[in-house]
Amino acid sequence: MSTKNLKLLSDPINLNNPITVQVLGICSALAVTVKLEPAVVLSISVLFVLAFANVIISVLRNTIPSRIRIIVQLVVIAALVILVDQVLKAYSYEVSKQLSVFVGLIITNCIIMGRLEAFALGNKPWPSFLDGVGNSAGYAIILIIIAFFRELLGSGTLWGIQVIPDSFYEMGYTNNGFMILPPMALIVVAIIIWVQRSKSRELIEAN
Amino acid sequence: MEDILNIFVKSIFIDNMIFAYFLGMCSYLAVSKTVPTATGLGIAVIFVLGITVPVNYLIENFLLKKGALDWILGASAAEIDLSFLSFIMFIAVIASMVQLVEMVVEKFAPALYSELGIFLPLIAVNCAILGGALFMQEREYTSIAEATSFALGSGLGWFLAIVGIAAIREKIRYSNVPAPLRGLGITFIVTGLMGIAFMSFMGIKL
Repeated sequence: MSTKNLKLLSDPINLNNPITVQVLGICSALAVTVKLEPAVVLSISVLFVLAFANVIISVLRNTIPSRIRIIVQLVVIAALVILVDQVLKAYSYEVSKQLSVFVGLIITNCIIMGRLEAFALGNKPWPSFLDGVGNSAGYAIILIIIAFFRELLGSGTLWGIQVIPDSFYEMGYTNNGFMILPPMALIVVAIIIWVQRSKSRELIEAN
Repeated sequence: MEDILNIFVKSIFIDNMIFAYFLGMCSYLAVSKTVPTATGLGIAVIFVLGITVPVNYLIENFLLKKGALDWILGASAAEIDLSFLSFIMFIAVIASMVQLVEMVVEKFAPALYSELGIFLPLIAVNCAILGGALFMQEREYTSIAEATSFALGSGLGWFLAIVGIAAIREKIRYSNVPAPLRGLGITFIVTGLMGIAFMSFMGIKL
């Protein structure tokens, strides 16, 4: 694999992260991160949809008239999302219920439209595939970090298994119920952004 | 009637699209730098939600649901369940409605058109619109009036949120925010605090 292709994979994970730098796909990132399991399932679904939508659009890129490209992109994405939704309903119904409308909302996840517009329309299928995988990995990492802290501090469990020992609770430790509420997701993201930008100072905005 | 009012108020304050479900966050963060543009986008969202949700409600109930085709095909259609097609139908309706609304507004209200300008086409990929359709499907509203009041309420809630954050961001420019938090970071924190404030509406019943 050439360095250029490797960069396609590694860039979105940190310096060009879809969530914290490009500000794409925030909606789903915040809403499904109360527990680790739905966050991971959604990340995998996005990975599948983004990678294959990128490949399909990239293969078709010379035949799509540019006027109707948005509709074509939406149809490709919607078809892939229907596949994901049906598979989830068949094999893990519980998680699919927890994710509720957010599986459907992958269609309007800005990361997917953004990558199709910015990358797949102008590149060959293999780099597009790598770009899709890289970007969804960057998305997944943020989702997993948020879900990790929210589940650990909010319910004292990880992947549904209790990790904070009973002796802690006997000493008077209580779960922070606040972490489960929606607004805390925003604040956790803000903290991640803070940490990331203090490390890579070139990302700081001019106000 | 009470139901309709209840759904309306509930979808503005308690089930607020932004603070409770984070829908339409992308445009909420990108277009909230000044109050006038935020107002324009907010109005466009109310408008499009108010049109697409009722249309999608009709499609869901008269074409896609299990047994929904009875009215054309008779009892033999009772087993037909097309609801797996709902995503593609909803997004197609939204994309075409946005196009249609754009043309109508351009023809009959040029002033409003130049005001909304670039925002109208962007709305097709705003999660709040598709989210409205999907919540309408999930919550199984019983009449089109309920679905419409839900749509208008959610649109108004979204409008309030984006205008509020835009006003706060205009003021924040004069304060000394820690450098790494500038721009995106502080917007997230302020939205979080606004969300906590909105949670005090929880449990309202009319």
